[in-house]
Amino acid sequence: MVIMGYIKMGLLNRMSTVVRAKMNTVMDRVEDPNETLDYSYQKQLELLQNVKRGVAEVTTSKKRLELQKAKLAQKMDQLDSQAREAIKSDREDLARQALERKSALSVQAQSLDQQIADLGQEQAKLEATEGRLSAKVESFRVKKETIKAQYSAAEAQVKVTESLTGISEEMADVGLSVQRSEDKIETMKARSLALDELVEKGTLEDFTGSDDIERELAKIQAKSSVESDLDRLKAEEGK
Amino acid sequence: MIIRIMGEGQFRVSSALLDDLNVIDNRIVDRVAEDDEASFKRDLSALISTIKGNGEPLDPTEIVESDIIVPPGDLTFAEAKRVFSGCGLIED
Repeated sequence: MVIMGYIKMGLLNRMSTVVRAKMNTVMDRVEDPNETLDYSYQKQLELLQNVKRGVAEVTTSKKRLELQKAKLAQKMDQLDSQAREAIKSDREDLARQALERKSALSVQAQSLDQQIADLGQEQAKLEATEGRLSAKVESFRVKKETIKAQYSAAEAQVKVTESLTGISEEMADVGLSVQRSEDKIETMKARSLALDELVEKGTLEDFTGSDDIERELAKIQAKSSVESDLDRLKAEEGK
Repeated sequence: MIIRIMGEGQFRVSSALLDDLNVIDNRIVDRVAEDDEASFKRDLSALISTIKGNGEPLDPTEIVESDIIVPPGDLTFAEAKRVFSGCGLIED
């Protein structure tokens, strides 16, 4: 876009450059039209398999997080009944400890809910991507056979370039989507493993909040939830 | 005019929309230059909703090149900076 006589390169132009750079690797192959069409079609089928794998991976990751969430919920219930037992035996100190752990777990449970929702969106997006690519690949296959049957080599060259440009753009887009989705899953996997370890060790305090202020705020929040839990249990147990 | 939103397919929109999109696009450039992540996110999502709100999804069996390619809506600020530095969306 031209502004005051000079060209300002916006995000949209940059993005096109990124995608076209990814496309060129496929387009470089245009030598023999028929061979190029078949080669591209093979690549499309491979990519479609990749997307399907991506969808499966997102689904598995989501299930794993849901399981982890269920385990956390179970652990929270367990801590709650332990606190109740402690109150019954007039051990407020023990009850407080159990409720503090429960409060730390509840922060993690909330973060898991968010991640599960994110993965749900990712899954829907990839499934839609798979549907679109699948339709395009089939349409390309039909086109490819028509070009092969109807055009001379010289005419085919133009047609091949036309249909290859469109499909290559789609492939670059889908390729990037799958790659980004894999990166997201890797990050979540690492966090989920770290959480498993922390729950195992029973040390969750450092896990809440990323800086000092956040950690302090989390502590205050935890404290008030512990106090209200304590009051609730005491009232329920008539203490 | 055909616009591709990365990860969401292609949309057919009126060329008249280009001016509006350019305004938002220029704002995004400034946001990245100013290191203003919150406004960047808001503008990127405005860019995408403007296209979706004014466009029709393209029939997926159509194979055509796009006139404009828009980054994915969940593009992070760090990724946007990489795109502007010419290093691409994902490191090779």
